[in-house]
This record gives sequence, structure tokens and C-alpha cells, in this order.
Amino acid sequence: MAKLTLDDLRKLREEKQKLLEKRDPSNKDAQIIVGMGTCGIAAGAKDTFNAIIDELDARGITHVLVRQTGCMGSCHSEPTVEVVTPDMPSVIYGKVDSGTGKRIVDEHIVNKHMIDNHICDKPSMDIVSEPGK
Amino acid sequence: MAYKQYILVCGGTACESNQGIALFAALKKAVEENGLVNDVQVVRTGCLGFCEKGPIVKILPQDTFYVEVKPEDAEVIVKEHLVKGRVVSRLLYDKNQSKRNVGIEGIDFYQKQFRIVLRNCGVIDPDKIDEYIARDGYKALEKALFEMKPRDVIDEISKSGLRGRGGAGFPTGKKWEFAAVQPAGQKYMVCNADEGDPGAYMDRSTLEGDPHSILEAMTIAGYAIGADTGFIYIRAEYPLAIQRLETAIKQAREYGLLGKNILGSDFSFDIEIRLGAGAFVCGEETALLASIEGNRGMPSPRPPFPAVKGLWGRPTVINNVETLANIPVILLKGNLWFSKIGTASSKGTKVFALTGKINNSGLIEVPMGTTLREIIFDIGGGIRDGKAFKAAQTGGPSGGMIPPQFLDTPIDYENLSKIGSIMGSGGLIVMDEDDCIPDVTKFYLDFTVDESCGKCAPCRIGGRKLLNYLARICNGEGALEDIDQMLAISEAMSRASLCGLGQTASNPVQSSLRYFMDEYKEHIVDKKCRAGKCKNLLSYNINTEKCVGCTACARVCPVNAIAGERKQPHVIDAAKCIKCGQCFEVCKFNAVNRS
Repeated sequence: MAKLTLDDLRKLREEKQKLLEKRDPSNKDAQIIVGMGTCGIAAGAKDTFNAIIDELDARGITHVLVRQTGCMGSCHSEPTVEVVTPDMPSVIYGKVDSGTGKRIVDEHIVNKHMIDNHICDKPSMDIVSEPGK
Repeated sequence: MAYKQYILVCGGTACESNQGIALFAALKKAVEENGLVNDVQVVRTGCLGFCEKGPIVKILPQDTFYVEVKPEDAEVIVKEHLVKGRVVSRLLYDKNQSKRNVGIEGIDFYQKQFRIVLRNCGVIDPDKIDEYIARDGYKALEKALFEMKPRDVIDEISKSGLRGRGGAGFPTGKKWEFAAVQPAGQKYMVCNADEGDPGAYMDRSTLEGDPHSILEAMTIAGYAIGADTGFIYIRAEYPLAIQRLETAIKQAREYGLLGKNILGSDFSFDIEIRLGAGAFVCGEETALLASIEGNRGMPSPRPPFPAVKGLWGRPTVINNVETLANIPVILLKGNLWFSKIGTASSKGTKVFALTGKINNSGLIEVPMGTTLREIIFDIGGGIRDGKAFKAAQTGGPSGGMIPPQFLDTPIDYENLSKIGSIMGSGGLIVMDEDDCIPDVTKFYLDFTVDESCGKCAPCRIGGRKLLNYLARICNGEGALEDIDQMLAISEAMSRASLCGLGQTASNPVQSSLRYFMDEYKEHIVDKKCRAGKCKNLLSYNINTEKCVGCTACARVCPVNAIAGERKQPHVIDAAKCIKCGQCFEVCKFNAVNRS
């Protein structure tokens, strides 16, 4: 590695900042949560998960946290993906393959409208929430 | 190749010595075996602070915080959490935490903290300069070299109100100015990393977790005062910190952030490490300089101050690790931002190493002005086993004991000195009802007598005399006149000793006499130790009504001082008894009395 000039250092910082931002949970205001129970993974949730992250990277979007969760209880429409953004109601999408995953980034996150034919209802709250909470 | 998830493993000394190294290896192996090498990055960071519950593992960006993780758990974390996305609830801090709330927001330990010095500890990999750079690393240096004159840098630090974190609290900007106004020529910048108080590990953890912040700050200081050479004086007992510093210096040199013409400017600066052999007195600045010069580490009278005549007779600024860690942040965020944190006379934050009889021992950083109650009960989680708080010692062996009535005093330099203690470097040792005050005081004096260099009489002889009196009192041989003698010697030591070690060595004696006189009198007059620590003051006997004759005490007694038939009350032979207390511990019927 050659010695840095001022410009080199600034460039290096900018580049590395992007990598660290992805790790930082504090500057995220939206979440895409991929259901990765056994049912989800068997239905291809891993590919969906990867596709969503790759699409976000490709567009340079850093404010969205992509996380995994267990089975959401809608095993009939796996893989399921929940999207929580501050300015829209939170939605669970069903049967999200990697192509639909990319559409979620494109349509829901960027253009702020939902993808009609993939919306699936949340199971009633007494199933989702833990007893006593 | 972009990583999608990250496993952060604490690489502080506490976690590494608790199988943390094996854990790191096991996690890497599990990631490999599950074919996630391209998706998951395993990062070893600096100290995350929550040492009580180490080793700590953090999963990002989900922000899941796992505690007390063993190497065996690596497989489960990878298979369950990373592959299937299921949080491993048995490894969470609160096992009943809701599954949506698994990060640090549910942990009181972190809620009242504010991190400036420890900003990168537990966030970046200390061995990677790129990660430091990404967190605005070397940006303050950029700003200093290209947008500020040395004079401006000193002004900025002066206005921020930053004071030395090594103990005495001297204004950092003023110290720099003294050196800067000396005629141009060879000057030196020294970082004091000779942290030696029992129970203190703030500087060590900062160096281990964020070594580049110290290199950057020293370079900035060098620019401000006109020095081209820096020394880091660190004790050889800190191998991990030394190793990470060496790596950091090498990387900074490769990038041209140390060496000739830094970033193409006409400023040159380089840093060397000097290892200390571990003498407490070498934390005193004149003794430290003597040690760097290759002489025996002994203090010399000031003035002249090192800023005028220091290393090899040249102007030298000596700053403590924690002081330096603040510098880059102040330059980037401005003196106004910094001076808003803290109290009127003490700005910014303070790092404390919380130890003793406390539930959450660990490394914490709080704004100046936080009360002892908040630190001990909110962050520290209170006293172990529900016992009562007796005292807290700040400043290690140079500090004083703070009794319960001052729990709500906001901590800053002035308030601590008013109540007879000092800020010191930041060790905070908590004592409970089972600690005997004269006994703890004896422990501190034992330490300072051991570490006294012997150059001046008040420290050499005074310390020894104090220790003798304390030993007599703890043995039940003390007299009330001893207390007057102790006060007189203490006074002489603080006024006449040559250096800070001797001047402060009597602080534990003075403060404990001030607040816990009743305990001293109990030892002297009633020959009693309420905490049950001073063996010579204890006697054990068996309550014949409660004793059922189970023989447990007789079997455990190492000197066969207990006699009695089975199912008959037992008796202790006081002449044979060595007062080890084992019978007291082992009795299930509360039949052994200790008085």
C-alpha cells in the first residue's frame, strides 16, 4: 500500500463507510423481515433474503435493515416477508421468490406502493404475540 | 463480495481470557462449515464493556446481544440464528426478553452511558485501520493539518475545557500551550499508558479496542506543540494492548499517516513504544520520563515542569490515554459540543472500571456529573447478593473512600476532592457490609508502601508507619492515640512528599478516618470487627442448644479444635482454634457463633 494523499484518504473513508453502515443498526428506519423457519427456507427464503440484500446494495440503499425471523405462521404462502416502513402500514407479503424480493425493494421501498397480488393477511394477534405480552 | 450479516466477538482482555479466543475460532469454523463464508463476517472487536457477562457476541445488523457465550455455543448461533433466523433465547441477557427486543436497549447497563472515548470499542476491529478510517478516523488529523494552524488546535482544546484524565485534572489545552511557546527545536509528545491502580483497566481497554484513536490524537498534539517524535509508555503486562498498538503503528506508517510528510503536508511525526516494567511510580510523569531515558524510574522535583524541560531536557507534553482519545472528537465536533457535556468545571465524560462487590462489573463511560448512585445501582445493577453498600473507592490507592451519604453527589473533579477522594484515572471499587474498612485501608497502604520508590522520606517512612499502625489495629493491638499519630503522619505525607504517589498515599487513611471512625474505634476499644475480616478479633463458639451433633464442623476443622460425640453438642477449643471460619460456613443449624 502506497502512502496516502489527502484525496486518497477521503476516498478510502467514503468507500469503507458504506461497508460499515450496513453493519450499523442505528441509522435504519425501515425493516424488511424475512421469515426463515424451516418452512420458509424449504420454500426458498434464503434466495429471497440474498436477493433483497443484493438489490439494496446495488441501489446503494443503507437505511433499510434486512433481518431474519422464524416462522410467521403463514406456512401456506412461504416465503413470507414483512416490510415495516415509517410512512406506510406494515405489510406481510407471501410467496416471495427472489424476483418478488427485488420488486419489494423497487416498488415498496423506493416507489412507496404495495405489490397487490402478494399481500397476505397477518395471522390474528393471539397467535403472533406471546402469551402475557 | 458483500457480507450480509456480521458476528462481533468481544476481543477485550476479560472476554479473551474467558475462552474468548476459542469462541472466535469456533464461530469462524462454524461459519465456514455452514457455507456462509461469503455472507457472514466474523469480527473481533475491542471491549464491549459488559465484562461481567462476557464473552459477549453481537449479531449485526439485527443487533442481537448474546452474553456468556461459550465456544460450544458457536454452532448453535450459526445454525439457529444465522441460518434459520431464530434468536437463541437462552443466550440473551434477559432470557425472557421479547423476541423483538434482543439488543442492548433492554439492558440497563448501557442506558445511562455516553460514549466518546469508547466510541469505537466494540464497534470496529482494532486490527483494521480501514474500519477506523470509516468511522471518521484520521479526519480530525486532516482538519488539523490542512485547515488549522497549531495555535488554532490548542485554542480549540482549551475552549473545550478538557482536563487530564490521568488523575490531577490539569487543563489539557494549557499543558499544550506551555510546550508550544517554548523556542522551536526538538520537542516530544508522550502518551502515559502506565495504568497501574489495582482494579483499573480503562486505558488498557481503550488501547485494545481503538489503538488508532491514540495514534491520531498524538499526531495532532505533535502538530500543535511542534514535536516530531512521540512515545507511548505502556506496561509490559498489557501484551494484547501492545500487540494491537504495534499493528496499528505499522498500518499507519504504511498509509503515510505516520512518518515523513503526513498526507503530503510538510508535517512529519512518528511514534515509538516504550515498555515499562510495571512500577506504579512510573505513572508519575517525571518518573515516567526518567524511565523512558533508561534511568531508574524515580520522580524529580517540579518545576521545571516537563512542558518546559522534559525528556532529555527538551519540552515534553505527557497526556494520559483517555485524555488523548477525546482529542479527535473535539476537533471534529467542536469545542462547543464538547463543553455542553458534563458539569461547570468538568467537561465531557469519564470512563470507569467498575469492580468489587457489584453485580455488573465492567467498563463504563458516563457524562461528568453522573452520581455514584446512578453508576452503582442503575448501571452496575446494585450490590451482589442483596448486601448493603458500605463505601466506594475512586482513584485506586491514591483515592478516598466515599460513604453512603454521598451517593447522590454528582461526580466531577471538584466534588470528589471536596469529599476527600480524587477522580484518579477511573478505577471504582465498590465495598459492601462484609468489607472491613481498616482492613481495606491496610490493603491500599500495603500497595503504596510496596510501590514507593524510596526517594523521599515522608513517603518512604510515613507509609511504613501508617501500615504498622493499621496492622496493629486490625490485630486488636491498637490504641486510641494511634489515630492521632496516623492523622499527623498523613498530613505530613500529603504536604511534604515529592510526587503524587506520596502526596496521595494517605488518602485512604484520611478519608476512612473521616467517615468510618466508629469502625476504627470498635477495633481499638471493643476489639471487634463487624465485618468479620480481622481474624484476631474474632472468636467462635458453639451454641449448645442449637447444635444437633451432626459432626460437620468437627470434620471440616483443619486443626481438630472441635470435639464432641455424635448427636451431642460440640465444643470449640479456643486455644487450638485458628479462626479460619470454616465451621461457621459449614454449619447448617446456625449453631456456630462468631463474635
